[in-house]
Amino acid sequence: MSHVLIEKTDHLSDTIFKYQKGKHVMATPSNLVLRSDIDFEAGKRETILGRWDEQIAGHKVNVKLNAEVVKVEGAKGAFRIHLRGGEVVEAANIVLAIGTQGNPNRLRCPGADSPLIQYQLDDPGEYFDEHITVIGSGDAGIENALGLAADPAQRNVVTILNRSADFARAKAANVALLEEAEREGRVIVRRETEPAEVRDGELLLNTRDGQEAIRCDRIIARTGSQPPRGFVEAMGIEFSSPEPGSFPKLSPEFETTTPGIHVIGALAGYPLIKHCMNQGYDVIEFLAGNRDLKPADEPLLAAKFAALPGKRSVEEWLAVFGGNVGVLADLSVLQLRELMLDSTCHAYEPGQVIFRRNDPGSSMFAIAEGSVAVEVNPADPSITVGIEQGSIFGEVGLISGRRRGATIRAAEPVVALELPRMAALKLLATSPGAARAVNAIAIERQLLQMFGPGITKSDVAPLVASAELVQARAGQVIVTEGAEDKDVYIVRSGSMIVEKQIGERPVFLSYLPAGSYFGEMAVIDGSQRVATVKAAIKSEVIRLPGEAFLAFLAANPVLRDKALSEMTARRATNAFIEGQKGSFSGVVDMYSQTAQFLVDNGIGEATDVLLIDEKLCIGCDNCEKACADSHDGLSRLDREAGRTYAHLHVPTSCRHCEHPHCMADCPPNAIKRGPDGEVFIDETCIGCGNCQRNCPYGVIRMDAKPPKKPSLLQWMLFGKGPGPGEAPYGWRKSEAKKQALPEAKLAVKCDMCARIDGGPACVRACPTGAAIRVSPEKFLTYTKLAEDAE
Amino acid sequence: MNAPASRSRFREAEKRRDSDHVSFLRHKGFRWLWIALLLSGASALGYALIDQQPRPNGGTWYGYTLGTIGLGLILWLTMLGVRKRRINPGAWSLKAWTSAHVYLGLSLVVVGTLHTGFQIGWNVHTLAYVLMLLVIATGIYGVVVYAVLPARMSDNRREMTRAQMLDALTALDRQLESAAQPLARDEADLVLAALKQSPFAGGLLARLTGRYPGCATARARKGMAGDSEAEQRVRALLEKRLAQLGQLREALRIRAALEVWLFLHVPLTMALIAALTAHVISVFYYW
Repeated sequence: MSHVLIEKTDHLSDTIFKYQKGKHVMATPSNLVLRSDIDFEAGKRETILGRWDEQIAGHKVNVKLNAEVVKVEGAKGAFRIHLRGGEVVEAANIVLAIGTQGNPNRLRCPGADSPLIQYQLDDPGEYFDEHITVIGSGDAGIENALGLAADPAQRNVVTILNRSADFARAKAANVALLEEAEREGRVIVRRETEPAEVRDGELLLNTRDGQEAIRCDRIIARTGSQPPRGFVEAMGIEFSSPEPGSFPKLSPEFETTTPGIHVIGALAGYPLIKHCMNQGYDVIEFLAGNRDLKPADEPLLAAKFAALPGKRSVEEWLAVFGGNVGVLADLSVLQLRELMLDSTCHAYEPGQVIFRRNDPGSSMFAIAEGSVAVEVNPADPSITVGIEQGSIFGEVGLISGRRRGATIRAAEPVVALELPRMAALKLLATSPGAARAVNAIAIERQLLQMFGPGITKSDVAPLVASAELVQARAGQVIVTEGAEDKDVYIVRSGSMIVEKQIGERPVFLSYLPAGSYFGEMAVIDGSQRVATVKAAIKSEVIRLPGEAFLAFLAANPVLRDKALSEMTARRATNAFIEGQKGSFSGVVDMYSQTAQFLVDNGIGEATDVLLIDEKLCIGCDNCEKACADSHDGLSRLDREAGRTYAHLHVPTSCRHCEHPHCMADCPPNAIKRGPDGEVFIDETCIGCGNCQRNCPYGVIRMDAKPPKKPSLLQWMLFGKGPGPGEAPYGWRKSEAKKQALPEAKLAVKCDMCARIDGGPACVRACPTGAAIRVSPEKFLTYTKLAEDAE
Repeated sequence: MNAPASRSRFREAEKRRDSDHVSFLRHKGFRWLWIALLLSGASALGYALIDQQPRPNGGTWYGYTLGTIGLGLILWLTMLGVRKRRINPGAWSLKAWTSAHVYLGLSLVVVGTLHTGFQIGWNVHTLAYVLMLLVIATGIYGVVVYAVLPARMSDNRREMTRAQMLDALTALDRQLESAAQPLARDEADLVLAALKQSPFAGGLLARLTGRYPGCATARARKGMAGDSEAEQRVRALLEKRLAQLGQLREALRIRAALEVWLFLHVPLTMALIAALTAHVISVFYYW
């Protein structure tokens, strides 16, 4: 086949090329067969790159390096690909495998194509006696500037330019280091300064006080990068939605809405290397006329469907799921196949339990065949409500991140699809129809569940119809104390805090987890809002208009009584805390401020978090040692680091968030929620570090699994090995070398000791009772925080 | 998935998440204090009521009973060191162990003393008894510092880890080094001496008292008398360095106070067990 491989840089496989030296590259998913003629197995960056270069040369691939595509014109059969520099390549078909990294933003000033400018800095140690200007005020720019100035022996004069007066986009730690370097004169920091023109050996600057030229031998531009979407859309390719995370619409052959252009790899939504290689193979086979080729995932899907009754083929099963399940209706075959790969198929006998009330679970189920029964009354399992074929269940767990609200059984023989959280979220993001359907069902079910047995769909129908979803960012006020508005709200995801202005200061009254409702007092008795309710973290609430809610209560007197009694209870709590304020205002202030401190430190979105009472902590670090000794020899918590307020310390340790940030961008989907509610990383981790970067609390570390230590007895009697706790880095490194262990750095985080009898080792191993693990709805209460035990 | 097992774990975990933060001293409503009081009370009552012939002594049947209880307790109390380091699965709690260790250890004062029948002499038996009392005394010191010092350590830390304290010191040192460039020779030497001195220099006594009479930074601060711009700058930096050193040294002092007693408690326990062995063997040898 006549072909050309166009590469922007002067080498192939740029993404892997840019990995740090010696990085271990993983080859997941391991159950997927590699089809490509080029080999790929897990190994060191250098080995993989070397093998690929060799085999690409061996297969006589026509490679065109240093060719950057600026524009694509034409249509299938006659594309014209314009390269930077004016050259044009003609092609009948195009396969885009450009990933999602995009191009670095270029400088926008005269002289922007000067050879002085580079967009990456590989080794800051290779430049000497130069005047170097770094442009860009993000972390990349600051780190480059600090790296270039680190060793005075290089005698570089390093300048960093910042368009604004402060470094708002960079991490606080980096800014502090830069300011220190500035004070010591190692780096010249020019604020409110932009490049005006790049000249030969000189850079003209626009400063606040006019133009100024400085000597400049090298420019490192780190002003961010442009995602490739604009470039792709310019070819006429449509994306599935305007969401930033969405992917191009593709046919089963990875063809885009522009005929003749195919998209594979990360840009198509498949960030793993093996997928991309297989897709490339499939597309080329297709273009070469092989129309019968089954996708590489065919055997995987066959294995998935094998357990289902009826001995149907993969195609038939896909038709059953795609045809019967309402929320899957909009999906293309390719999307459906992928969703199937990420999901689990189940067959249930009538009466079999699918999940139980209070089981943790953030997956959503879709019924392809049969129907299920929901036990709406925990006290009496015989009272059930049915959910019919084609519908979904379990969506409350998915949306709120909380435990199952009811036990669900199969009512007749059921074939169901279980979509794990990531797959379900992807479905909602890519299919607007599915998102609408799931939202409507979720609101209805939430109401049914909240108001308990005896209420039917038709009772809540007017409420569902009038309900409105409201997004709230952290800190956003939903209800203001003293206001006259009359709506009722349900916390759908996230959590709220209730505050009341007492005297000068706001006092923390209570914490509302997802699933609770608020605002009903003002509706029922027509009073002003008695307290302010605001989002503790990014949340979603359902707004129900007051009149609709009143009408609903009027029609259901039992609920009205229940609401009134709950209202009395809330009033009593508020009155109690207000009453305390008069006599023990110090205690109430302390309670209020401690609660606010904990919410500020992520406790609001936690499900199970380690706290340390520093009035009891003797600093023995036995918690860290116990953690390391319970899990492969690496500690997953840092006791000393983290914030402290009033002797309550939040160490660096996983909070097991309701909606874990770490799960957001895991290429192999290795981060899951386990049966005890723990968020854990399974063995398919590829060590990419995305979760570490995404965790706002810095609780994930990347490290190689250490070698086994000599036993405790050997250490106690003969002093063999490093003793209890995490072995020092040097010991691990040298021992691993001796035993020739793999050095792949993988993500390591707390798993709440989920599979360990006795529960979290950090708590069990604390000698004084300083270490406790709590959940916010149990801990953020007046009794727990104000009347603290000694 | 094993559903019933997972549900029972959920209940357990919910209980844990709902628990109060209670110190080892108050563990389970002073459970081990009551047990220890009961043991001491029963031993004392037995001592008072049982007519030991010829006189109360370690060698009567009651004396042997108390001795056996005491020996058993001492050996079991020693196991805390193993329990602390052996992180195996299971529903144990080191806090419960510490609580029992403290209260049962204190009850040994009663059990051990009654076992002696108040017969004290210059022999291996009394040696074991005295060693036991010394171990208990160091232990009491330990309980006191555990109760008092953690809050002070937390206040002193001001959210900084020890590594961050050292980093802050290093950052100050870099600034001092460049700020000291324009100084005259004798003043520069003072600064250099301060920079050269390890923040840990001073030995055990300094570590425990928090007093560092040989502190070169303090000396440099005193010697920096001039009013030039460079001297003022260096003086400000030296003051910052002193404050940072103060925080670090206070952290070290508290840590040392929290740990130093163990260097007596544990070796004394070893000596006690050796003396006890001699005591038991000699008693049976001369039966």
